[in-house]
Amino acid sequence: MLQGWIQIALTLLILVAITPFFGRYIARVFMRQRTILDSVLNPLDKAIFALSGVRAKEMTGWQYARAVLYSNLAMLVFIYLIFMLQGSLPFSPTGLNAPSWDLALHTAISFVTNTNQQHYSGETTYSYFSQFAALGFMMFTSAGTGIAVAIAFIRGLTGRPLGNFYVDLIQSITRILLPISLVGAILLIAAGIPETLAGPAIVPTLENPEISQAIARGPVAHFEIIKELGENGGGFFGINSAHPFENPNGFTNLIELVALLSVPTSLIVTYGIFANNLKQAWLVYSIPLAILIGFIVITTIGEYQGNPAVNALLGGQAPNLEGKEVRFGWAQSALFAVFTTASMCGAVNSMHDSFMPNGDFVTLSNLFLQIVFGGQGTGTAYLFTYLILAVFVTGLMVGRTPEFLGRKIEKREVVLASFLILLVHPIAILIPAAITLAFPEQLAGISNPGFHGLSQVIYEYASAAANNGSGFEGLGDGTLWWNLSTSFSLLAGRYIPIVALLLLADGMSRKQPVPATAGTLRTDTALFTGITAGVILILGALTFFPALALGPVAEAFQIVKGIG
Amino acid sequence: MSFTNEASRAIRSTLVLWVMTALIYPLIMIAFGQIAFPFQANGSILTNAQGQPVGSALIGQPFTSDRYFNSRPSTTNYSTADPTQDGAGLLKTGVSGASNLAPSNPDLLKRVQATITQLEQAGVQPTADLVYTSGSSLDPHITPEAARAQIARVARTRGLRPNQLEDLIAQNTEGRFLGIFGEPGVNVLKLNLALDTLNR
Repeated sequence: MLQGWIQIALTLLILVAITPFFGRYIARVFMRQRTILDSVLNPLDKAIFALSGVRAKEMTGWQYARAVLYSNLAMLVFIYLIFMLQGSLPFSPTGLNAPSWDLALHTAISFVTNTNQQHYSGETTYSYFSQFAALGFMMFTSAGTGIAVAIAFIRGLTGRPLGNFYVDLIQSITRILLPISLVGAILLIAAGIPETLAGPAIVPTLENPEISQAIARGPVAHFEIIKELGENGGGFFGINSAHPFENPNGFTNLIELVALLSVPTSLIVTYGIFANNLKQAWLVYSIPLAILIGFIVITTIGEYQGNPAVNALLGGQAPNLEGKEVRFGWAQSALFAVFTTASMCGAVNSMHDSFMPNGDFVTLSNLFLQIVFGGQGTGTAYLFTYLILAVFVTGLMVGRTPEFLGRKIEKREVVLASFLILLVHPIAILIPAAITLAFPEQLAGISNPGFHGLSQVIYEYASAAANNGSGFEGLGDGTLWWNLSTSFSLLAGRYIPIVALLLLADGMSRKQPVPATAGTLRTDTALFTGITAGVILILGALTFFPALALGPVAEAFQIVKGIG
Repeated sequence: MSFTNEASRAIRSTLVLWVMTALIYPLIMIAFGQIAFPFQANGSILTNAQGQPVGSALIGQPFTSDRYFNSRPSTTNYSTADPTQDGAGLLKTGVSGASNLAPSNPDLLKRVQATITQLEQAGVQPTADLVYTSGSSLDPHITPEAARAQIARVARTRGLRPNQLEDLIAQNTEGRFLGIFGEPGVNVLKLNLALDTLNR
């Protein structure tokens, strides 16, 4: 067991150690300061701006939001067409035809929203061209959209103009996502991940040459690195990072784990540099880090102790390895599950459906909270929205006008922030889940009986609304109902918050700063950070507590009592 | 800003970014992989003495007989099918999959019980990895304990000494990255390929 804890601790240490450097680099990029790749990238950026007709004009909150919506709509239509035409497009060695219209629509929405929820298996549904030219494309642009929104939000919060969406989107790709992906893809190819246009290899099996094995492959490595770095999470193969060709060993697993949390962790440091208050940034950083560590402990203990019913058959304690690969074992599987739901990546290296209830509780909680570092860009923005709410709550307690970074928090901010935190997420999850559960035979497609079945349905909508994309994959979700109803949650969970965040930031950036006095509530103290953590747990978690109680908590009691 | 202006900017930036991230980037990486690391880039395909492909170093194969070290149970039988009876077209694309059975699902217990009975009849002490199905259904590894539990059976069937097999297991065990990250696993296909050369 100790060895498992050591690998987990070291992974966390590496992650935390790179954040100051990466966060500083991101800040330099978006503060338009000099960075090391300027000599190559300045001309490239200029060429891209010229070709796309982008002029670096400052945008207001509405203009920024409209640019996000227009560009994302253009991308959505574009990749939908690629899916529907894949039968007559090149690079399709397995000769796959177009999927059904609703599956293609769900996939397009799911990838444009940085979710990558997959109601299909990659190797049997989408051609190589659809994978690298449509899905791989969205992995860059949806991640870039998230980063751009976060940067605009940080700029607004710190009293700057929001910037220009197209400039931010393009620079997040040319200066952050693409250079790291190039290096990462080289490492992943060297470590064994395929990168080829050749079709599946068919070989006779060693034990019985009458039986053949089909070894699916493809251009995976370049796809894999942006899948994690952009917190996309959509697997090239149906079984995602559990597939030996997506994640063949401990080295690739480490790269994927660090990549999938590196941007949302670093963006908090980026905020600290913009706000010129690194102390506050690290205090804020400590909230999700503490929750993350707690969640890792809960999950790993469950997986390490294993399934009591199976342990009784085996005649001793053994880890729960159902849906897990030997090369990852209980420790790396549990760690990956917590990281991927915390970060809204949604890649999986083991099957969440087969986790012990501890793991179900944690993965669901991560999807409900959305700030345990959270989605690409949006997680950081949510975290600071909670901060604004905490300022408001504490302001009420001491009877002073709440201020954040020297700007008054007024009705508009509180309305937008509480709308964002308290309403959008529950509506996008609980209402469609209630409808689905009302028709268990016709709609739900539940594959595991009892309390776990409820978790399956809630998880699917929570994953869609939080733009995570992982799933309890036993669920029969490839249906018209699931494709359309989760599309609603995907869109609501993505674009309503983005517009609200941009308006919030726009309002903040226009306020007159008030000078700090002795009576100003300081927001960079441990006490205030603690209160923020409390506000997060109360507002974020309580709404969903009934779902947790009826799902994983009840299942845990059921397992203790004995199955059957 | 007029509507046409905004729409044109959205479409043009989409196309420019598409060419860069969805055509140039993948094609450069494919060319790089094929030139610099052709073995890995094409799926780490293993070949026999005649140069014919026999499998991948990273993908498991089904082994259930007493002559071989057995691999883990798989929900897709390691993406295999009889080519003469492949109505579902599995061999056209290859597949991956998992049981997705919850720990509270009675079907899981029934399946585990059946697997344990099978293993005990074959004289193998059941280990967790041999009774639980893997995440990908293509897991190339079993744990070193699971390999050792099968030594007696394979040695008996093939008329080999147990310590010969212990050496083979050690040679085909893939360790943790830097001795720290991940878990050690015995590559079953490589082990069984080595086993066949030993007998000749």
